[in-house]
Amino acid sequence: MSSFNVFDIAGSGMSAESVRLNTVASNLANADSVSGDPTQVYQAKHPVFQSVQALGAAALGTTALGTATMGTGSSHLSQQASASVKVSGIAANTAAPEARYDPSNPLANSDGYVYSSNVNVVEEMTDMISASRSYQNNVEVMNTARNMMLDTLKLGQS
Amino acid sequence: MALSLDSYLGVHTQALTLEAQRTEVLAANLANADTPNYKARDIDFKAALAAAGNGGAAGGSAGIGTGAGTLAMTATQPGHLGASADASDAAPGANLKYRVPMAPALDGNTVDTQLEQAAFAENSVRYQATLTFLNARLKELMTAITGS
Repeated sequence: MSSFNVFDIAGSGMSAESVRLNTVASNLANADSVSGDPTQVYQAKHPVFQSVQALGAAALGTTALGTATMGTGSSHLSQQASASVKVSGIAANTAAPEARYDPSNPLANSDGYVYSSNVNVVEEMTDMISASRSYQNNVEVMNTARNMMLDTLKLGQS
Repeated sequence: MALSLDSYLGVHTQALTLEAQRTEVLAANLANADTPNYKARDIDFKAALAAAGNGGAAGGSAGIGTGAGTLAMTATQPGHLGASADASDAAPGANLKYRVPMAPALDGNTVDTQLEQAAFAENSVRYQATLTFLNARLKELMTAITGS
């Protein structure tokens, strides 16, 4: 039944957005982390989203462009139509950490410098809002799809 | 005179299938709102329903789906049921188009969340409307059968 795919799609979106929210939390928690070694300091992390086609991108591309591929049934066609999302990896921000002269810090190196993480707090906050809104969108999609299916089950009963 | 449930319920059965599929496509758009290089898609509802309607109408009247561009089962014996191609076999994939972006993002994503939300809400109302039509038809049928 094709309608159940909606739950998979919205679920994949919710899971991806919660991974994004997790990385934001990790970045914000480590925003003030310092280290005496620039290679050891915390680097901001961001998830890389990727869409997943149920039957592979090639099959989908030909269908979407209008060259008809004959489906064998509703499930075949609906799988081509669905594209869930997955987190294909977590990328670290490789921007150079900022050096700060702070000889009183116990983590300072021999020259008196500490290196703070390259987390941009403002960027993380906006990312958090965006992730939260996208999550809500997916929840809303799931709720609507649920109501639609419940109403369909009641077809002809009232 | 035999009653064909397909022709009695009219275009609404095909519309319901298409609306369910459109829900899926729009849900995929919303789920991929932050995916780089994802291109938003939508079903050309009018064209898809017209294609499905052709097959359904032919199947309803003749008993065998002979609509152009739809898959039809062949009835080789007089006792075979008329199996018309329904909306799900009418290849909505051909009517699955990419959306023309109003403001494409730098990462290649063309999902406009507000637009998708509006389309999703509209589609869900349409779905409910189709259900209402189908319910009314079925209720009429029940009245005719029970006579009360």
